[in-house]
Amino acid sequence: VKYLLLICGDESAAVHANDGCEGWSEEMTSRGVLEGGAGLAPPSDATAVRVRDHQVLLTDGPFAETKEQVGGFCMIDCEDLDEAIEIASKHPAARYGTIEIRPLLLGPPPDLS
Amino acid sequence: VIEEAVAAAFRDEWGQVVATLIRVTGDWDLAEECAQDAFATALERWPRDGIPDRPGAWLTTTARHRAIDRLRREAVGATKLKEVAAMTYEPGPADDSGVPDDDAVPDDRLRLMFTCCHPALAPEARVALTLRTLAGLTTAEIASAFLVSEQTMARRLGRAKQKIRNAAIPYRVPPAHLLPERTPAVLAVLYLLFNEGYSASAGADLVRRNLSAEAIRLARVLATLMPDEPEAFGLLALMLLHEARSDGRLTTSGELVPLEEQDRSRWDRVRIAEAEALLEGALRRREPGPYQIQAAIAACHAVAERAGDTDWAQIAGLYDQLYRIAPTPVVALNRAVAIGMAEGPEAGLLLVEDLAASGALADYHLLAATRADLLRRAGRHSEAVTAYREALGQAGTDGERSFLERRIREISA
Repeated sequence: VKYLLLICGDESAAVHANDGCEGWSEEMTSRGVLEGGAGLAPPSDATAVRVRDHQVLLTDGPFAETKEQVGGFCMIDCEDLDEAIEIASKHPAARYGTIEIRPLLLGPPPDLS
Repeated sequence: VIEEAVAAAFRDEWGQVVATLIRVTGDWDLAEECAQDAFATALERWPRDGIPDRPGAWLTTTARHRAIDRLRREAVGATKLKEVAAMTYEPGPADDSGVPDDDAVPDDRLRLMFTCCHPALAPEARVALTLRTLAGLTTAEIASAFLVSEQTMARRLGRAKQKIRNAAIPYRVPPAHLLPERTPAVLAVLYLLFNEGYSASAGADLVRRNLSAEAIRLARVLATLMPDEPEAFGLLALMLLHEARSDGRLTTSGELVPLEEQDRSRWDRVRIAEAEALLEGALRRREPGPYQIQAAIAACHAVAERAGDTDWAQIAGLYDQLYRIAPTPVVALNRAVAIGMAEGPEAGLLLVEDLAASGALADYHLLAATRADLLRRAGRHSEAVTAYREALGQAGTDGERSFLERRIREISA
């Protein structure tokens, strides 16, 4: 099952922006569950895009002003939600921020018959 | 008679049938529908063919055939169909009914309990899902027990099942290293269920009262399936002890009767004895937990022949122990009451005033009532009346209100 881990934190999480993952990426890569991911520049560098009535509308900043913002993401592929929870809880950001686990919406599995 | 047999089978076997069908089909809705069909078929056939020797196995087999029919009609992949058709039975003990022995797969219900109570589901969804899939209550019954519309409850159940599917919540008993964090979630759902029923007013709402019986039934199943988990036995004992005293708890008009004024001859001695035996067995393992300790406290009350015989010093000691494991303000308040009873109301009052000052119990409706009771015992009547009036404003049920009003009348007289 594939999940997106959204790594979220409030402003105070910014000090961790360049912390790295304390070996988390290496461990998860060697386990074969990590498919990719990246840290993100701060929300102040974001641009929100909407198209309404064929008009491209731009706004400075993230799409929603909330206390917690996405600061990074990882794609994982693992057995089930319990394993995803275990993987997410080992990420160093889980200790100061929040990690949201979102299953990917995939089409119905191919019928192998 | 047949209707009774089917009703009994429904009570005893529904959870097992659904749990097994979920395991083999992986489809919660299909499992429920096929279980429902199997019970409908039983109502048709049992009068004609007689009640099968092993109703559970008969029902599971019938439900499985329904599932195969349904999947065939919906033209699902042959792989899935083969899986369900081949649904393996562990060879069970020989029996001459010729029906495969489903009881040999004993942990399907346990799997279902852990999945329904998975901490990734919202607490109210865990409770609803447990009642629907394990206890077999209808969506309408669950909705009325929790005072929401049937539509709201149907949505809640639908969302939970969708999350189990889409987020891939595993259908299993968690591995040993996860049990210490997952088992309390299961126990908590059952206890919450019990309390929902227990706190419902006397005759007012039968569906809600029925929740206690369902909770006890499920706690029995859990204890049987987790023989090495003393907290499961602690929880069952705790429920039985509360239930044993439920008859004396309210007057015929629904007014709350405090413990010390209850007619103890109305307590159910058989249940109390059963609970004591369960609790003793659990405590012997020397792994105390919050449910065992609460059951031990309830047992102290249950075995006292008269209110005056209650061993309050021991109860206070048990609350000390409980507070070390579960340092919540409500436990602290109960501890204060026990100390007030063991050492005198002023000692209890000191602790209650501290708790009140900390603000931790600002929203708890029993804080004022507890303070009022200790003030009354201390003979500080005018302060007690003020506290009772405050409690009256926060009381949740009519039974509580009429009890508080009686107290005000008594000490004002």
